[in-house]
Amino acid sequence: MTESTISFVGIWSVIIAAGLFFYVLLDGFDLGVGILHGFAPSTADSDVMMKSIAPVWDGNETWLVLGGVALLAAFPLAFAIIIPAVYFPVLVMLLALAFRGVAFEFRFQDPGSRAFWDRAFHYGSIVATFAQGLVLGAFIQGFRVEGRQFAGGSFDFLTPFSVMIGLALVFGYALLGAGWLIMKTDGALQAWARRAGHLCLLAVFIGIVTVYVWTPLLEPTVAARWKSWPDVLLVVPVALLTFAAGVWEWRVLNSSKDAAPFAVAIVVFLLSYLGIAISLWPMIVPYRFTFWEAASSPSTQAFLLVGTLFMLPVILMYSGWSYWVFRGKVRGGQSNYGEV
Amino acid sequence: MRSIDPLILSRIQFAWVIAWHILLPAFTVGMASYIAVLEGLHVTTGRDVYLRVSNFWIRIFAVAFGMGVVTGVVMPFQFGTNWSRLSDSTANVIGPLLAYEGLLAFFLEASFLGVLLFGRKRVPPWVHFFAAVMVAVGTLFSSFWILATNSWMQTPAGYTIVDGRFYPTDWIEVIFTPSFPYRLAHTVLAFYITSALVVMGVGAYTVRRGRFPEEGRVMMTTALSLLAVLVPLQLIAGDQHGLNTLRYQPAKIAAIEARWDTTGTVPLTLFALPDQAAETNHYAFDVPYLGSLILTHSLDGVIKGLKEFPPDERPPVPIVFFAFRIMVGAGVLMFALVVVGWVLRGLGRLFASDWYLRACQLAIPLGFIAVLAGWTTTEVGRQPWTVYGLLRTADSVTPSLAAQDVLVSLALYAVAYVVIYPTGFLFILRLIRNGPGANVAVPETPVQAGRPARPIHDLPPLPHTGGLP
Repeated sequence: MTESTISFVGIWSVIIAAGLFFYVLLDGFDLGVGILHGFAPSTADSDVMMKSIAPVWDGNETWLVLGGVALLAAFPLAFAIIIPAVYFPVLVMLLALAFRGVAFEFRFQDPGSRAFWDRAFHYGSIVATFAQGLVLGAFIQGFRVEGRQFAGGSFDFLTPFSVMIGLALVFGYALLGAGWLIMKTDGALQAWARRAGHLCLLAVFIGIVTVYVWTPLLEPTVAARWKSWPDVLLVVPVALLTFAAGVWEWRVLNSSKDAAPFAVAIVVFLLSYLGIAISLWPMIVPYRFTFWEAASSPSTQAFLLVGTLFMLPVILMYSGWSYWVFRGKVRGGQSNYGEV
Repeated sequence: MRSIDPLILSRIQFAWVIAWHILLPAFTVGMASYIAVLEGLHVTTGRDVYLRVSNFWIRIFAVAFGMGVVTGVVMPFQFGTNWSRLSDSTANVIGPLLAYEGLLAFFLEASFLGVLLFGRKRVPPWVHFFAAVMVAVGTLFSSFWILATNSWMQTPAGYTIVDGRFYPTDWIEVIFTPSFPYRLAHTVLAFYITSALVVMGVGAYTVRRGRFPEEGRVMMTTALSLLAVLVPLQLIAGDQHGLNTLRYQPAKIAAIEARWDTTGTVPLTLFALPDQAAETNHYAFDVPYLGSLILTHSLDGVIKGLKEFPPDERPPVPIVFFAFRIMVGAGVLMFALVVVGWVLRGLGRLFASDWYLRACQLAIPLGFIAVLAGWTTTEVGRQPWTVYGLLRTADSVTPSLAAQDVLVSLALYAVAYVVIYPTGFLFILRLIRNGPGANVAVPETPVQAGRPARPIHDLPPLPHTGGLP
């Protein structure tokens, strides 16, 4: 059987990790715009903010669905343990995403209930992001497992550490959102977004430093990893680069460049993401199951891989095309349709 | 008892979120194709009325699609939160089918939807038409994969079981299970019919009001033409799906017809109160021979009764029995509506018969009712199994869940959907009231994004939204 000798686990690990990162970036910036939306200087500005993401938000959210089902297909054991362990954060995230998603259409339909749907958009974005942070925090903490099932309590996820990650992620997504707005708007709103970006960056910076200090204290496995040779050769440079990227982001937020704040914010996210990945690799259910142990059958992974390798470039192509169609600055106008 | 509670609550929760969700694809799958047809008619004939009708439905489609996206995101996570043992056991087989839905359908829909909704001025007309076609194709791909997944769970094939987990042996068999072609045809036809009935009812309403008679007539005639093909096709597809179910899920058919004993020359029970505990029907009204004739296409075809199956392998009979009758009843009404519509059209009185226009309006929910009833029939009818005959629903639920966990989540889903659905529904009603003609005679909006506007019709500001800056 050649099938059992060929392993697709490595490539699937990369695809899942990359897919998740894509989701974090793409829905991250539009959730971030939602987080900033409630603080917009004027109603006209909040309209422009919403218009800047209206044509792309559901494509961005699709990565969440793809991430979920790809995890189910490629690493079902991880799906079956992690999702029940974060039952409530997932529930709250889904409901928050629902309210925020329908707000795109609903807020234009009726001036009377518009204030309600604006708030639904703003708070929905915050709550969904915070819940995703709780999931990440719970993931880094690890899960109680018996056999092939989650065996802990439904509120195991809720710790000071996961709450801290949740808050940090809110500021992180808001930073991405600010970067997006700087790129897509001009004038007073752009200047406002630069100021908001500075504030978020400060909070993100504190968050990242806290995670770097707190995680090894919390999790001896990670502490051992960071001290061991040669892993230290990866951890230390990534930490230093993250710090450098933060400083760089501060500088470009002060500059007159339009696209750089968004681009450098992506670099900050990428390096933070790498830091977590290095610390936990090769665990997909941290400290319990590796990617290899949680993998689905080789036939399953092979069957899905064929389509994925073919479709991912196609998806990136037409997602990219839809971004290109809506390129350029967004300005105020009379309706959300046709002119965004 | 405490170990049972999360199971029942999880089942109610799944029924709740899927039932609300399915209403949206039931509408948007057909509507996406209808919009593509209208855009195509506009590009080829150049008649502006198609553009106005298309713009009208695109607005409504946008509201429904947004709701479909957010309630759809909920669905795959249900497999993890509440049905983790089903996920662990079956993911090797059905995981890729769900993932292919995401890969092939969702991104196609989402990417081209943005262009369809917001890009009228940013792309040439033929690209806008192409975007409409891609959205329609995306919804059909989505139906393909999700129904392939469902069909595998109903009539599993192409697998082997090792240590309580399913492993694929043949992917073609996994995708094209015995019930799949029938389920796909029956469901997609149902979705198309649902959309067509909505278009016809809204068209009738528009004609009756008289403000936009041309648009209303276009809606009615296009919908009536589509229904004349779709409804008869659906009768055939439903019949064939029934024969297929009799072969692969005889207990479901026995529950649908409330047959307790195995006999030939089975009557058709038009009405009864099935009594699961006493294994009999009360107040039954039977038509002799008709059961055998419909189910086996012969007068003395043998139908297995429910008593052939152990009591713990029987579905809840009354639910299946009545759901099926609601679906068929709705189908009969649709058929009558189409026949009468064509007679009136032949007499040249289609738009002049106020009673018929009112009937069309009343028929708007018929498709949704039939879809929900049909879905209930097939899903309750396959109980007590998630994977038919192999994995029980009771063994599929997440073991770590406590009853109060599911109670809280169910309550929150209930509240959320009770807010979102009526709101969306009211907005759609408002769009319908505003009418299709609201799209004409509005000046071009100013140049945006530093690019010249294209000289074609655009969706103007929404009427009655004076609060917008």
